[in-house]
Formats: sequence, structure tokens, C-alpha cells
Amino acid sequence: MNEQTYQELLKTSPYKPVRGHIIKAQQVTEFEKLFRIELAGQDLEHTPGQFVQVSLFGVGEAPISVCSSPTEKGFFELTVRRVGTLTSALHRLAAGSYVGIRGPFGHGFPLDEMKGNNILIVAGGLGIVPLRSLIHYILDQRKDFGDVQILLGCKTPKDMLFGEEIEDWQKRTDIKFNCTVDRADPDWKGNVGLITSLIPGASIEPKKTYAVVVGPPIMYKFVIVELLKKEIPTHQIIVSLERKMKCGLGKCGHCQIRGVYVCQSGPVFTFEQLKAMEGECHEGECHHVKS
Amino acid sequence: MKQAIIAKKDMPRWFDSLKKHGKIFGPKKKETQFVFSPVEEFEEMSLVYIPTILPPKKYYFPQKEPLLKFRVEPFGTEKAIKEFDEVILFAVHTCDIAGIQCLDAVFSDTPADPNFLNRKEKITVIGFECMFYCDKYASCAAVGNHVPRGGYDVMLTDIGGDDFAMHINSKKGEDLVRDKSYIREMGEQDKQRLKKAQDGKLKKFANEFKGDIREVEEAFDKEFFSAVWKDVGRRCVGCTNCTAVCPTCYCFDITDDLTLNMNDGVRSRVWSYCQMDDFAKVATGEDFRPGRDARQRHRYFRKFRYPVVKYNKYFCTGCGRCTRTCMAGISLIETVNSLLDERRGQ
Repeated sequence: MNEQTYQELLKTSPYKPVRGHIIKAQQVTEFEKLFRIELAGQDLEHTPGQFVQVSLFGVGEAPISVCSSPTEKGFFELTVRRVGTLTSALHRLAAGSYVGIRGPFGHGFPLDEMKGNNILIVAGGLGIVPLRSLIHYILDQRKDFGDVQILLGCKTPKDMLFGEEIEDWQKRTDIKFNCTVDRADPDWKGNVGLITSLIPGASIEPKKTYAVVVGPPIMYKFVIVELLKKEIPTHQIIVSLERKMKCGLGKCGHCQIRGVYVCQSGPVFTFEQLKAMEGECHEGECHHVKS
Repeated sequence: MKQAIIAKKDMPRWFDSLKKHGKIFGPKKKETQFVFSPVEEFEEMSLVYIPTILPPKKYYFPQKEPLLKFRVEPFGTEKAIKEFDEVILFAVHTCDIAGIQCLDAVFSDTPADPNFLNRKEKITVIGFECMFYCDKYASCAAVGNHVPRGGYDVMLTDIGGDDFAMHINSKKGEDLVRDKSYIREMGEQDKQRLKKAQDGKLKKFANEFKGDIREVEEAFDKEFFSAVWKDVGRRCVGCTNCTAVCPTCYCFDITDDLTLNMNDGVRSRVWSYCQMDDFAKVATGEDFRPGRDARQRHRYFRKFRYPVVKYNKYFCTGCGRCTRTCMAGISLIETVNSLLDERRGQ
């Protein structure tokens, strides 16, 4: 945010959304829809891993991760699962509609630290959404990173998001891609099993590797145990947490974990930081793990 | 003039002179309790009162506050509040002034909150020093809020006899006492009387906790997993009263209200409480703070631990409202003491 004088500040409002124009709305699975949004002549200028507050006047606001990379100019993208009031209303919108946008908020993935290192991306279910932003960024700045591996897991082949892009990732020779489903269908030719089953076989140089893990809360525990077995340092294990961010400004309190406001200090944290939040992390996220 | 004297019989006169500076709100009796509400005449107020049902926080951070006006079609937004009103808060206890100072720390912190700051600009605080305990639920001495510690424009202290001492603490305060024939500068003798009154008062107040505040801080640092929280959680009925009356609770929700044309509306923030069972629950149904024990612990930690780290301030003002209002009889003083016992027993 730009520095404002006190008098200017009194006249503004951090709650005022700007108008976003939906230029593409595509149903990608039964429950998920992808929206491409343009802000009047401006880029969102986000970091992969950050989120925006999406408003529909009269309905409300909800925090949604950005799934496109800041290297893609002129628009940004959101992939939204239909679960609550706001997201259900959002799903009814087609290209040409307007939404309100505030943000981006929070801290994204630590790109500067990650540059020059190997990257291991572990995505479970909807976790691929914020990670797609990072993957696009890395592919656009490929030479800035070492070896890149992507491990993707989802419930069934039908639930897999970004299918065409994934085919492209599979064909690329400058990254390694591997995916698995919990339950196969007759056409599925790939791996079957939990995402944790892909980690032991991955070749990892621990000191040089940043592991970025995003998925449902319950997944973290099992994946982090496997990563610790590979001896990846705790400050190089990166996660993104889901919480109920209402204001995005570190005020409303809903997203707090112990003394930490996830909307400001997160949603991206290192596993080392998670350990300091013991007792208020979700059971799957940090309780438990003996390192 | 920094320190002045006003005769008690001249208070109504002074009160009338304040009306041109803004709308006045003060403590009034409401059945067996007290509330801050609009005051027309000095005599309507109860200057001697125990903490009001809601703290004067509501003038800085109203229960429901418009943030912006919106229009669905065509997409548009507009300011919800064009002009903030001049307000005078009369006879505010030092504990509640401390509460306002806590909120100020939060809402001035980057990104600052323009609504709060606009209201603060327009509010003048006239404090009223307590000369004895409100009741057994207060713990103001433990956190040092039994004495004035800034955050007001004028502080009134009953120095006995026919006079109030006035401490004028700001430019806003000076404007309220300037050119009043019945307000005179304090002399040496008056200062002696003030000192005597305050010394006498201090004898009536003592730390309400079993240990000093450093020990309390240490206990909160180390006792996150204490059995005390399980016990408090077992007794709590989850009514949220404690968080609704707290002078330093500032959690909120954001809601939209449409007018009957279903196109224009107002987005507001409304007080929300971490004691509600869906406070940390997301749309998928995942609850990130399940259990009344975890939620009560969170409330206490937001008073005695997290803000101490972040703002170097205790967010318990010692007003005692949470204890007075608790349907399950959970006492803040007892909880803190149990935690100290637990710590000492180790």
C-alpha cells in the first residue's frame, strides 16, 4: 500500500472493493468454476499464494486464492469451489458480469528464497489452485529455479482440475510431474493411492529443496512426515492454510491462530512457523509431528 | 491551564456550556444497571456508577457500523458516512479509557481503520476518577487502571468538600475550560487536597490477583495447555456475553443489507464474538477452533498474552464486566488465580 498522509487516510476506506470484470467463466468440474477477471486497466500485482476478497453486493464477501501468475498480464484468475452462499452466487455468474475485488492480501510463497533451489510441489485436491499460480510463475521464469517436481493427488480422475494444462506439464522435459488418485475409474492408467505414496520415490536433495505443500488440513500431517523423513529442513517446508478471513486487514479476528493473523502473516507459512502455533493449528496441520 | 478546580455546584453550568461542543453521552441508571446514553441535563446522569452494561467503546466502534453504500446494477460504491458527529463522553472511568486506548492501538496499526480514526478525531473524553472499588469483580489495580493514565481530554477527581479537581490533558480539553469564570487554576493548597484524596484512595486498592502482573504474564506464556482451560470450558455455556461487554473485544463480521428495491444497499460491520461456535468455521464446515475450552482460552489469551507481545499492552482493563455478566459464574480473577496456582505448583 502506498504511504498516505493522515488526512488522506481519513477519507479512504480499506473496505471499498474495486470493480472486476469477468471476461471468462468456465465450469471446470461439477463443483469448480474458473473466472478470468480484468481490473480496469490495472494488474493485480499479487505474489503467488496471496488471496483476494471477492464481493457480490447484497450477498457478501469471501477470500479466494489467486490461481494465475503475476507474469500473466492484463487479468488474473480464480478457481472457485461451490460451497457457501457467496461461492454459490458466484457460480451463477457468466462472462460480462462484475464482481468487487479487494486485495491482494497476505504473504505469498517466498519466491526470493526459493529462487536457485529445487522445488517440490505437493498438491492435494483444491490445493492445486493456489499452487497453479506458483507453477505458472516458475514455468515463466524457469531458469531462475533448479529441478522442479510436481506431485498431484485428488480423489478421482473426474475431480482433477486444469486437465489440459496437466497434459502439457506431463509432456514437458524441464519439470517432473507425477499424479495419483485415491480411487481410479476404468479409463485411468496412472497411479492409484494417497499422495504420500509418491514422496518416498521422489529424488530429493534436501538442503537444496523447497517443498511447497497445499491441500486439505488432514493431508499436511502425513505429507510433512514424509518430507521430514527426506530430511528437508523445517524452514524449507512451505504450506498455505485455509481460514475464515473476513476483513483481510488483521482486525476482524476470525482467521487468528494463537497470536497470528493468517490474513496478514499468512496464508503461507513455513513448517517451522507452524510449530510455534501448536495447539491452535488444525489437528492435521501441526499437532503431533515429532521431528 | 493544566490543573484546575471547579465547584460541584457549578457542574451543571459547565455541563450546559459543553453542549455547543458536541452531543453529550454519559452514564445513566437503567433499572439496576447503568448505560452510556444521550444526556440533555446534568442531573440525568449518575456520576457514581459501576461499569455500564456496554463500555463507551460503542462510540468508537459501534455495534453495527456502515462501511460503504453499494449499488448492484450498475456496479457502484459510495461513502456510507459523509460526516462524523462531534461527541463528548462524560464521566468515563479510567478502566474504560484504557479500553479505548487499547482499541486505538489496534485500529491505528497498519492498515489503519479510517472509521475508528474519524470517530476518535471527533470525540472528547471527560474522565471521572473512581475513589473506591466498583465491586468485588473489578481487577483494575492488577493492571494499573485504577488511576488515570492518559487517554482523556479532561479528568475529574473528587477531592472532597465542594470541589472537583480537573486535569486538562489536551487542546480539546483546554477548549472546554477556557474563559469560564467558575473554573480557576489550581493553587498549592488545592494540589495538597488532590494529593491527599488520591493517597487515601490508593489505600483502598490492591492487586486483585495472587501474583504481580509479570507473574501473570509468565503464566500465560507457559500455560497454554493448562487444565484450567478445560475447567473453564466445562463451565462455559457459550452465551458470548463476556465478549459482548468487553471494552477491548473488537472482532467483527461484515454483512450486506439490501433495500427493498434489491439493488441498493449498505455493507456494515457488526460485532462478532470468538465465543460463538461458528466463529472460526469455514464454508466447507471445517471448524478451526472447536470446543468451548479452546474458545475461552482464546479470549483470555487475547487479553493477557497476544496483545502484550504485539502492542505491549494488557487488553484486560480490569473493569470486571465479563465476570459480572457471565451466566455460568466464571470469574476472571479466579481463572487468573487458578492459572497462577497451577504455575506455582509446578
